[in-house]
Amino acid sequence: MAKPAEVTDNDWETEVLKNDTPVFVDFWAPWCGPCRMVAPLVDELSTEYDGKVKFVKLNTDDNTETAARYGIRSIPTMMVFKAGEPVGQIIGFRPKSNLKQAIDAAL
Amino acid sequence: MTDIRDYDIVIIGGGPAGLAAGLYGARGRHKTLLIEKGVIGGQIALTEMVENYPGIPQVNGFDLAQTMLQQSESYGMETEYTEVHKIEQRDGKWLVTTDSGEITTRAVIVTTGAEYNKLGVPGEERLIGKGVSYCATCDAAFFKEQAAIVVGGGDAALDEGLFTTRYVSKATVVHRRDALRASAILQERAFSNPKIDFAWNTVVTEILGEDQVTGVRLKDVNTGEERTMDVSAVFIFIGNHPNTDFLGDLVPVDGGRHAIADDWMATSLPGLFAAGDVRQNSARQVASSVGDGVTAAIAADHYITANFHGDTAAAHAEATPAA
Repeated sequence: MAKPAEVTDNDWETEVLKNDTPVFVDFWAPWCGPCRMVAPLVDELSTEYDGKVKFVKLNTDDNTETAARYGIRSIPTMMVFKAGEPVGQIIGFRPKSNLKQAIDAAL
Repeated sequence: MTDIRDYDIVIIGGGPAGLAAGLYGARGRHKTLLIEKGVIGGQIALTEMVENYPGIPQVNGFDLAQTMLQQSESYGMETEYTEVHKIEQRDGKWLVTTDSGEITTRAVIVTTGAEYNKLGVPGEERLIGKGVSYCATCDAAFFKEQAAIVVGGGDAALDEGLFTTRYVSKATVVHRRDALRASAILQERAFSNPKIDFAWNTVVTEILGEDQVTGVRLKDVNTGEERTMDVSAVFIFIGNHPNTDFLGDLVPVDGGRHAIADDWMATSLPGLFAAGDVRQNSARQVASSVGDGVTAAIAADHYITANFHGDTAAAHAEATPAA
């Protein structure tokens, strides 16, 4: 089971933008209640999409540069990146089926 | 789904009313399922601090909900994260249609609560998550040293408005009347907070900005005069509406679409109960919702005992151990 790895401002470029497969990023912070609800869903999705999509998490408190770069003004926000470009975005808590739809639409 | 699963009590909505109903349902040895489409806790999951729940001086809303969930699950309540589309009467029981299949049950307790109202002004939908927010505790941190407005005059508006002042440089409470509805203690805190000021008799007519909120257009309701204000965030707390749309015309509702239920939370339909914010005349507090949920579960217990004479899902599960 591949649990989503934490990425930072420093390794954003290599871990997300230059990754070969699409990347699902969960922008979160420890104080955000809905983020804590999203986390287990993202864990499950990372197993279901193993090999097809890479799942990572970015703590917006510690990595303000990246959060600002993508205009994150609300968390949880989830984005899908393909070849370095954002191709999908979900703002706020959603049921797992909605997350899957968003991922599938972006692939 | 090949099998239709069978329960004694299905609770729709995982806020305080539903969690409390689940606790009593499960402790009553009923096969009890709680269905939640979003976040356990409902509205309180987004509340930074609950400080009016008797016996617990201060607790984070999300944590309180998680504690309630664990307590109810420890007695056997099951939880499923899916959305209910329809409920209908079927052979003396209820058929619940969800995203993940059909479920039969002897009693249904509707605890779907309420959802926040939107302003319905231009720019609002487009800028959700880009400065427009319905949860200060979630989003205020993104507006450090920036100006914000908080729309509304009730407890939620002031509570969340006070929270934003940890981050924002200034929070202007925009209220359409000249007096607040919020409780006195919150009013005192807001009036004495140097970062909070008020725009009375004022409504928001438009939220401005391309990719991010840059300002709002405000209108004085007495003079009709309009002005713009530069802000980066708009926090909206203007009440809520009950989640009864999925019930269609099944249950009698009042003018505000709240479900009508009696003192035992029973609707006019056998085995169908409504508790918490979704119900007409709810006091809309965590404590009162918990009381509603408990009452509904006890009423459901009486209903099942009187009508099913031991023909319960719990009894069947005991007779046929799970394969």
